[in-house]
Amino acid sequence: MSWEAVIGLEIHVQLATQSKIFSGASTAYGASPNAQACNIDLGLPGVLPVLNERAVELAVRFGLAIGAQINQHSIFDRKNYFYADLPKGYQISQFETPIVGQGTITITPENGRSRTVGITRAHLEEDAGKSVHDLYPGMTAVDLNRTGTPLLEIVSEPDMRSAQEASAYFRQMHTLVRYIGICDGNLAEGSMRCDANVSVRPSGQTEFGERTEIKNINSFRFVEQAIEHEIARQIDVLEAGGKIERETRLYDPDKDETRSMRSKELSNDYRYFPDPDLLPLSISEALIERIRGELPELPDARQQRYTSTLGLSTSDAVAISSDIDRADYFDACLAAGADPKQSANWMMGELSAYLNKHDVTMTQSPIAPALLAQLIARIDDGTLSSKTAKTLFDALWSAGPAGDVDELIETLNLAQLSDDGALTQIVDELIAANPKQFDELRSGKEKMLGFFVGQVMKATQGKANPQQVNQIIRDKL
Amino acid sequence: MSEFSSLREMSADLAKGAYSSVELTQAHLERIQTANAALNCFISINAESALAAATKADQQRAQGDQRATLGLPFAHKDIFCTRDILTTAGSKMLSNFVAPYDATVVSNMAAAGMISVGKTNMDEFAMGSSNENSFFGTVSNPWDHTRVPGGSSGGSAAAVAAGLVAAATGTDTGGSIRQPAALCGITGLKPTYGRVSRYGMIAFASSLDQAGPMTRTAEDAALMLGVMAGFDPKDSTSSERHDDWLDGVVANGIAVLDRPLTIGLPREYFSDNPNFGGIEAAKTELEKMGHTLVDVSLPHTESAVPVYYVLASAEASTNLSRYDGVRFGHRCEDPQSLQDLYERSREEGFGAEVKRRILTGTYTLSVGYFDAYYLKAQKIRRLISEDFQQAFTQVDVLLAPTSPTPAFKKNQLTDDHVAMYQQDLFTVPTSLAGLPAMSLPCGFSNGLPMGMQLIAPAFREDLLLELAAQYQRQTDWHLKRPEAVV
Amino acid sequence: MSQEPTADPEGESNEIDVGHLAALARLAIHGDASAKIADDLQAIIAMIDTMQAVNTDGVEPLSHPLDTTARLRSDEVTEHPDPAHFQSGAPATADHYYLVPRVVE
Repeated sequence: MSWEAVIGLEIHVQLATQSKIFSGASTAYGASPNAQACNIDLGLPGVLPVLNERAVELAVRFGLAIGAQINQHSIFDRKNYFYADLPKGYQISQFETPIVGQGTITITPENGRSRTVGITRAHLEEDAGKSVHDLYPGMTAVDLNRTGTPLLEIVSEPDMRSAQEASAYFRQMHTLVRYIGICDGNLAEGSMRCDANVSVRPSGQTEFGERTEIKNINSFRFVEQAIEHEIARQIDVLEAGGKIERETRLYDPDKDETRSMRSKELSNDYRYFPDPDLLPLSISEALIERIRGELPELPDARQQRYTSTLGLSTSDAVAISSDIDRADYFDACLAAGADPKQSANWMMGELSAYLNKHDVTMTQSPIAPALLAQLIARIDDGTLSSKTAKTLFDALWSAGPAGDVDELIETLNLAQLSDDGALTQIVDELIAANPKQFDELRSGKEKMLGFFVGQVMKATQGKANPQQVNQIIRDKL
Repeated sequence: MSEFSSLREMSADLAKGAYSSVELTQAHLERIQTANAALNCFISINAESALAAATKADQQRAQGDQRATLGLPFAHKDIFCTRDILTTAGSKMLSNFVAPYDATVVSNMAAAGMISVGKTNMDEFAMGSSNENSFFGTVSNPWDHTRVPGGSSGGSAAAVAAGLVAAATGTDTGGSIRQPAALCGITGLKPTYGRVSRYGMIAFASSLDQAGPMTRTAEDAALMLGVMAGFDPKDSTSSERHDDWLDGVVANGIAVLDRPLTIGLPREYFSDNPNFGGIEAAKTELEKMGHTLVDVSLPHTESAVPVYYVLASAEASTNLSRYDGVRFGHRCEDPQSLQDLYERSREEGFGAEVKRRILTGTYTLSVGYFDAYYLKAQKIRRLISEDFQQAFTQVDVLLAPTSPTPAFKKNQLTDDHVAMYQQDLFTVPTSLAGLPAMSLPCGFSNGLPMGMQLIAPAFREDLLLELAAQYQRQTDWHLKRPEAVV
Repeated sequence: MSQEPTADPEGESNEIDVGHLAALARLAIHGDASAKIADDLQAIIAMIDTMQAVNTDGVEPLSHPLDTTARLRSDEVTEHPDPAHFQSGAPATADHYYLVPRVVE
């Protein structure tokens, strides 16, 4: 029998706020244990939550970016369960009325075609702390620094059919949240984590099979591996005549397996109800419009513009639009008058290589978009050849932001030789020195044209304009 | 000084230098030390911090500080977190809990220069109507030591009634200021929900809890309210409303009521109460003062107690989840697992009534019961609130008994929880509607004080205080004192 | 609110499963205590059930006496907690961690 997998993801995105969602403690990563857990985060007797407006704005920004309905009236609920790193014995979350309603995102899996994945909802909630199991013998150590970090939980529809699609969706979400500046996207620090709901069904069947939930996956690679593994496990169970139990499983990347989570067994009646410490959240039309105005042009829209209006190849358009810094750099080059294709070529070629080599980010590039645009202009007007342009690029990189394109061309003597008289003289000398080759060229051996152009370039240290040299030689025939 | 001096009288004495705040505080502490053995109204007596604060107040006065509140002793209900001072909420769970921060009410009182002499006894986590649910033992009613003082602010009520302090803070979720005020013969004010910050006040039921003053006179209640109340950015449910009368009340006292009021008598509160001679006399007195009494109806009154127990227990069941033996409070001996740590710490740390309410709340919030209980109760809560809104289109304030009975005997109702819950009959409707209400002494029944309750529209504590002050100028029930307190 | 059912609430509506409730509430209640609490809860629920007679058709739930909306705080770091201060009364700590018996996930 052939099987089809059905996958939905819940992605937890840590929102890029300075302070926590309900307290004034810092959200900075890496503090010493409990040094960022204030009385509110610790759930001390008598403390009360007050909602961080920035967290709300970032959630709205996300909603607008996926074309979702923003619920202007939403409620915070208590989700009740006991766990060592959940200090109050409940998590403040949104159950019935999330801040963000239905939306969509487009994914492009490797070796697959683009498709749209539905977003069911996204809601605000507080993160829990961390349990460390291997520090003290027989004890679990609890660090509550992460407690109260604002999370946006993004719930997808069960729209994905393979581990690759799920992974592409996770990547696309990673791109988007960094793009719109709501999350730093640092997977290693847990800024984005995902739970996967996985089921399988016989191909062609419309009803879903029983699903399991895989918890706390925190890398692109593990999303794919964990889901791949879980799909295989479920198929094995079903083919052996077994039944899938609805349960929560934990992926162990070391053993490449998922296992049932014992600690979640009792936590199945969360007794959600509206948190009486928090009043309903109201979001005005004016706030939504302000945030809409602040939204950058999104990856999909940019990619579309780059291919259809500017004529870039799909791969260049995807590569540039998927990173906001890259896309902004590109748009700045265009604004400075540079040719789109040449800009893309230089960015994906020389600039990328230099950034990589020197471990520098796009925003820190010593060659600003205006300088690159100027360099491209000097190629266009024939001052630079592709070879001298690379020399200039290297010089500009070293000179840094103070570098001046025309000054460097002059200092380094990079301008192309385009004086007809001088070039004709060089060509004449070369013909005289190589009569045999010239005869061959005259008798139709086109290959010899390359030989003569090469010799001219050599004689001019690459500064001759190859098209011009070509023409001069042809004129001699 | 007399042990029954009011805050206003002590304030005047301090101003004219009749005694210092240190002397006054010392006198309070001595009286508390003597009387507390019999009454058990204090869980802790904070002599050292009180005398330090009094010394500071005397210094401030010497430097020209003339605030009416400066150097006045009072007591805090042990539900308010006080930094570096034991804060128990009447529970074994917190019997070792030294709060690492101050509640906003505590900061406000300290900022006004008032001196907290100690923390008063209370029903565990404010759950109770008799003070018999305290881990620290039952409080005796100063009028009859065999009887309860009411609850949950029973320690505060008994301390004020016995003249150990002129004023104490209390909290009221379903009647916990008003009912013990009535049973102890003092004046108690539950302000409008949102008037006084809940930050640092140990939560029982968040949508109902409200702190307020317990005093012997309306004037002192106004002074206390003026200090306790105010917008607090740390409490999302704190009201940003601004009232000029409240800003001026500490300096100016209560304004004189200069117009006749229409006072509503909700018939559902008077239907079945043979014991309320006191109220009858009060009606006559209020009419003599020029006010008009009219009958009104609050048709959903009967459902208020069940609705209250659903909502309060639901909120409490999750508010009390943080007491898990991990970060503070009681932890069981030698826990074998996290599960064992939770279950035994909570089983040992909570008393029987608290556990009953946690389980009731767990039940009503459970899958499948939510709509039938929690949601249903919230809908009736709206109907109850609308009853009041309707009534206030016809009348300025409402008059009702505070409690169905005067102080009852210790152990009389401890095994009949439902009967105990009916003690809240006349106080929970206003709690559900978030309205301000005040209990005033209005007579005696077999030597036991009785209280009448005035209820006003939201944020109209001024009406309650003006009417109460007028009533107390015409009557002397609030001046009656129990005999043989010490 | 529709939540995933874990028990059959329609089934025996008069039976209160104290064991289940106590497990959810993390209270160790066993044996005689359990029976006593079942009786107590039964009486309390019976009292509560009297409200079922009220007609609430078309009535919106009132979750809060204040008929207003949330006030938000600006995103500023105002708290700089000292773990030693907050842990002075904690039952078990080490190196500023809170300690609990080993949890197996």
